[in-house]
Amino acid sequence: MEGLISLAIGLLMGAGLWLCLRARSFDVVLGLTLVSYAVNLMIFAMGRLRVGQPPIIDPARPADLQHYVDPLPQALVLTAIVISFAMSALLLVLALKTRSEHGSDHVDGEEPAP
Amino acid sequence: MSHWIAAPLVLPLCVGALQLLLERHGPRVQRGVGLLAVAALLAINLHLLQLADGAGSLSYLVGNWPAEFGIALTLDRLSAALLCLCALLALICLLYASAGGDRGGAHFHALFQFQLLGLNGAFLTGDLFNLFVWFEVLLIASYGLLLHGAPRATLKAGMHYVVLNLVGSALFLVALALLFGVLGTLNMAHMATRIAELPASDVRLVHTAGWMLIVVFALKAAILPLSLWLPATYSQAPAAIAALFAIMTKVGVYAILRTQSLLFGSGSEGLQGFAGTLLASAGAIAVVVAGLGALAASTLKRLCAYLVLGSAASLVMLFALNQVQATAAALLYLLHSTLAAALLFLLADLCARARGSAGDSLRLTAAMAWPQRLGVLCFLAMMLLAALPPWSGFLAKLAMLQALLAVPGQGGLAAALLLGGALNLLALMRAFSHLCWNRPEGEVRQTVEIRRREWGAVYALLALLVLLSVAVAPTARFGETTARAIHAATDSIPILLAPPEKARPEIAK
Repeated sequence: MEGLISLAIGLLMGAGLWLCLRARSFDVVLGLTLVSYAVNLMIFAMGRLRVGQPPIIDPARPADLQHYVDPLPQALVLTAIVISFAMSALLLVLALKTRSEHGSDHVDGEEPAP
Repeated sequence: MSHWIAAPLVLPLCVGALQLLLERHGPRVQRGVGLLAVAALLAINLHLLQLADGAGSLSYLVGNWPAEFGIALTLDRLSAALLCLCALLALICLLYASAGGDRGGAHFHALFQFQLLGLNGAFLTGDLFNLFVWFEVLLIASYGLLLHGAPRATLKAGMHYVVLNLVGSALFLVALALLFGVLGTLNMAHMATRIAELPASDVRLVHTAGWMLIVVFALKAAILPLSLWLPATYSQAPAAIAALFAIMTKVGVYAILRTQSLLFGSGSEGLQGFAGTLLASAGAIAVVVAGLGALAASTLKRLCAYLVLGSAASLVMLFALNQVQATAAALLYLLHSTLAAALLFLLADLCARARGSAGDSLRLTAAMAWPQRLGVLCFLAMMLLAALPPWSGFLAKLAMLQALLAVPGQGGLAAALLLGGALNLLALMRAFSHLCWNRPEGEVRQTVEIRRREWGAVYALLALLVLLSVAVAPTARFGETTARAIHAATDSIPILLAPPEKARPEIAK
């Protein structure tokens, strides 16, 4: 499972960064979204991967680390998701405004000279 | 545990929300409330400075959770001094903006308070993830303020600024995730103890994460090669906002200093000061390149942005040396250069308006309005920025040079600092002669209006700088005490990790 998750994170990050380096603002927005997915997955995975273990204390379970998953990365990832979501929304608005003001969705606001 | 430590966060948060409600009542009410709030913030921060100067390090446990589990705020001399600087600068910028600059777009006053919230939070937090959150708060507010009633050129600069910072935030999160995965905590003091007893197999992971943090903070502090966004962004921002942004690069510098001294301070073998050499050389190159940029700048605002770049780079260079003397000198320079850069940003706006269509472009045109008054002010501001005697900047630069020369083998850094200073001086002389020594027979424009508040803000900033020059000895002494505390940052860990004074009541099962 570790291998699969790392592969997914790497793939998302790679694709996201590649898109970020492109010159169209739409691609950049998509790229940043993919990067934020990769980052969220990574934070989540940093609490160690466990299947079927709750993060919240359950009186029926013995109170040791074998029976629970670390709850903190889940809280962290929630914060990161909210922030990256808000940032993506802001970036989209900005990209749309730039597009309508300049008439071009090039990240520099104008088409490069041929 | 003084509850005042949380006040610099609570006050801007509440006032920012209040400002949204007050929008219906027009700008006068908003300006009054905003100025009052920032003045109150300044008073609180001065109290905190006094508190920190007496106690050294203080920790505030939000919600009375133990530091390892909750979010702890940390107050020490460094953060208290930066809080005061920030509030002072904000008061002056808000005064300047309240002459009319705040009406360019909606929600200026609310965004301004949130900007302060983010800045204060970044200075106060003792938790690395919380630092990320405050960075985002101050960035979101800065996007809003930068794009405030934006003309077209600003949109382009704003887009680059936003995208770069989003990539930076992603990298910050990756570094945080790595550190949390290895250390199992995000409280900086607790992380420092974990790093000190790190098994050898994990050193490389922490090393990698440490470098990522350096890259992120260097992006905020605009250290070469991560600085290319700054001149375009700052020169496009409205004057009062650009002046406030003069402290934003210092947040990055502060974060570098904080993490390097606490996380990778004494005790962390194999990791202690790992970034020193590279940061020092990057800073030295950045100082010279910023000087060249200043020389090539075509407008006064752009010139000023390059000077901000140069000052942040020289700060990083000095901090990277990891010497008490160097840090003390750099702290004094930090105060001076932030205020002086803000002054020139405000003056650049006044000059641009007094010159009519020529704006603040550095070419010869007809004389500007108020030639004597603006000329003298520009002269003084440029003298201050070029670190000429008799001002505090000169003494700070001198102390920096002495600190550099005291370390064997760092002659190159001293040479870079001198070269950068000479280039800045040349650029400022050129700018001054273009702006103020123009042909007197040209038509003089008196049609523009500069409000009394704007003059007042400029005079206040100048008075502050004069005061800093007069009180340079106590400030330098304070800087030295602060520097000593920074270099012994790991000594404060027991205070920062002290259990809550009152035990939490047991939650009913």
